[in-house]
Amino acid sequence: MHLLQGDKVTVNFGGLVAVSEVDFYTDTGEILGLIGPNGAGKTTLFNLISAAIKPRSGSITFKGKNITGMKPYQVCRMGMSRTFQTVKVFGNMSVLDNVRLASLFGNPQKPSESEATREASELLEFIGLSKDAYLSASELTLANQKRLEMARALAAKPELLLLDELMAGLNQTEVSDAMEDIRQVRDRGVTIIMIEHVMKAIMSICDRIIVLNYGKKIAEGTPEEIVKSKTVIEVYLGE
Amino acid sequence: MDLKNNFLKKTGFNWGLPLVIFLLIAFLPLYGSSYNVTLFIYFLLYMTLAVAWTIFSGATGYISLATAAFYGLGIYAAALFGESMPFIFVIFIGGAASFVLAFLVGALTLRLKGIFFAMFTFGLVLLMKEVLYWWELTIESVRGYFVVSYSNNAIFYYLLGLLLVTIIVAYAMSKSKYGLALKSIGENEEAADHIGVNVTLVKITTFAISATFMGAAGVIMASKLTYIDPVIAFNPMMSFSPALMATFGGMGNLYGPVIGAVIFTYLQEILTTGTLKSYYMLIFGSILVVTIMYLPRGILGLFQQLWNRFRRVKSAPTSRG
Amino acid sequence: MEELLNIILGGLLIGGIYSLISMGMSLQYGVAKVLNIAHGEFLMFGAFITFAMQQAGINPLLTIIVVGPTMFIAGFILYRTVFTTIRVRSPNPGVFEGNGLLAAFGLYFVVQNIAVLIWGSTPYSYRYLTTSWDVGGADIFANRLVAALFAIAIGVLFYLFLKSTRSGKAIRASAQDAPTAGLMGVNINFVLSLCFGFGAAMAGIAGSLFSLCYAINTTMGLQQTLLAIVIVTLGGLGSIPGSFIGGFILGIIGTAVSYWQPGLVVASYYVIFVILLLVRPKGLMGK
Repeated sequence: MHLLQGDKVTVNFGGLVAVSEVDFYTDTGEILGLIGPNGAGKTTLFNLISAAIKPRSGSITFKGKNITGMKPYQVCRMGMSRTFQTVKVFGNMSVLDNVRLASLFGNPQKPSESEATREASELLEFIGLSKDAYLSASELTLANQKRLEMARALAAKPELLLLDELMAGLNQTEVSDAMEDIRQVRDRGVTIIMIEHVMKAIMSICDRIIVLNYGKKIAEGTPEEIVKSKTVIEVYLGE
Repeated sequence: MDLKNNFLKKTGFNWGLPLVIFLLIAFLPLYGSSYNVTLFIYFLLYMTLAVAWTIFSGATGYISLATAAFYGLGIYAAALFGESMPFIFVIFIGGAASFVLAFLVGALTLRLKGIFFAMFTFGLVLLMKEVLYWWELTIESVRGYFVVSYSNNAIFYYLLGLLLVTIIVAYAMSKSKYGLALKSIGENEEAADHIGVNVTLVKITTFAISATFMGAAGVIMASKLTYIDPVIAFNPMMSFSPALMATFGGMGNLYGPVIGAVIFTYLQEILTTGTLKSYYMLIFGSILVVTIMYLPRGILGLFQQLWNRFRRVKSAPTSRG
Repeated sequence: MEELLNIILGGLLIGGIYSLISMGMSLQYGVAKVLNIAHGEFLMFGAFITFAMQQAGINPLLTIIVVGPTMFIAGFILYRTVFTTIRVRSPNPGVFEGNGLLAAFGLYFVVQNIAVLIWGSTPYSYRYLTTSWDVGGADIFANRLVAALFAIAIGVLFYLFLKSTRSGKAIRASAQDAPTAGLMGVNINFVLSLCFGFGAAMAGIAGSLFSLCYAINTTMGLQQTLLAIVIVTLGGLGSIPGSFIGGFILGIIGTAVSYWQPGLVVASYYVIFVILLLVRPKGLMGK
């Protein structure tokens, strides 16, 4: 049984078909990459998986359970977290509180207030933001806000983590750091699906890659296979 | 002394000054004139309403225009039950009725976009006024009710008690994990949803809690009115005033609405007894508009901004990671 | 049977005015992103200006020439000053929606107070074209027919303006995506203020037409605003054609209810509102 499985998932906005009959799956321990040109439907697919929107047709199963029609908070408590393309930290709350909140509400083990504080501090330590714990989230740099979002997502103790363009807007060093963070998260036992445009990262971290274009899945395979795929090359060069 | 320090540290609140003020107010009926007691009744009323309003609208940013509906419901609870039950029971009934109404309204609208909530709460006052008016005219063929009246001092102390409960609940909520969740909903509802907060339920429950205090306040104030009918009970101005007070004062913490309430209750007192009597809605409305234009975080927000800037200028710049 | 015909015809006739009111509000919310709670007050002002001019001997239909532009200018200036300031200072659209709402709430009280200061709280009315014709047993009053036709004409004209002219296209672009429209050369501040002004003008004209047929008073605005809100929701938030159709639907329903129990008209609006929110919040033609 796959950890996450989607069958013929479709959604449209008005007349525009954003995601069209996409099949996908991911297994425990994998890092799955999701790539495609802008507007291909990648974030929309994430929104479908995290239950932010409902599919028009098709179904999504997580840990064997059909999650179509659930609310995001329910899916989160089942063990799925995500980060967002445009960073959505809670700006006027402290860095620590951002993470604590996820621990208090998203962790199915329901930690107490002090346990949550401890777990949040550990995560901040892991991600390297301990010294900023009492700053307002809005005072962080973009790279650190993205780290914060990841720490916050991890505080909910997810089995599956969705990363949406974590590396957008980061410089070379920051990208390398982020890649290392992702590897460490996977080593902690979290399965990861990542949307990314930074090819270096995708190719070196991901075990498998799915390619979307105009809402349809056009290719799927290992990084080596994808790099050689004629369809994919056309899509990226022909645009 | 250790106990006191622990208490201070745990609640993070300097209880000294507010305690003094509270004691001064609490003993007012003993040394103050009847006029002053009446004035303070209105202070207490509006502080309660403004704080109650802030509990929900201040935290989430969903602007409720339904305060008058819950307040009016409380007034009617007093009219219907005031003669047959002890007053404290009636207060509970009024509060509970408002809780239920708010819960229903919230369940209906808060799962949708914020604009629906605003639209629905806006017309709620008018709806209740019309329905009760029709009911009294058609079904009961009697208009209005007479309410059991209590002494000024009694009303004063009931309100003081209610204000205390409201503030304590508001404060406890803000320090709890629900307060944190509420704040996150105001910051970014989608993100809050995704980290496990049952956003809709938190919103509905908080809205209902804030309405409870508004209903309770209505029950208590009804006894000042002696005669009530739908027009008297359901007055859009009661939705407006708390919103104005909280917005002007600042919704970031509990002091804002309290300060706003004091200022505008006093202003109202001055304006309605002077030459500017027929202009006071105009003046208050204009103040609200100007406040939103230039002081959206209220007076307290302005002070906080200035304080932060002052603090930043004082300390040496820290390196950012 | 006669009664049914009376209801339908009467409903359609007042529906014309309702459509105009709600198209105005739909424009203000759909494009300028302000839920204008004070909308009914513009209607009331239009009605009273017409009344005042009619008392001075001017044909009420002609007063529209004054009311329309006056309300337009008032709305334009209001948006350009008050709401633009709020919009520019709001960190995101959600905050602007909330603050705009509060500001409109404040304006409601300001305009109300001004009206009461000038005209007091008693109802007024005048007689105009009160002849009626018998159509299949139902009565059609000339003034209501004229009002409805005017309202429909203005509504249709405006819709054509939106669809075919360049300014119309600029408005529709701004409604869909204001920042992008701005980047493509549309003067956003101007266009949004324009729309708000148009919305106010429609409310004012609707008020003038209203005064042809019914009594007016300074507190009439609130109920009309509420009605517009329900119609806009029924038609679909942001859909001008939806508001147009919704106006007629609610005209018929409102007329039917006032035949049965006139005191429950507002309640009937709310019943519809509740049903909409439960079953189909995006209305008939909402996106």
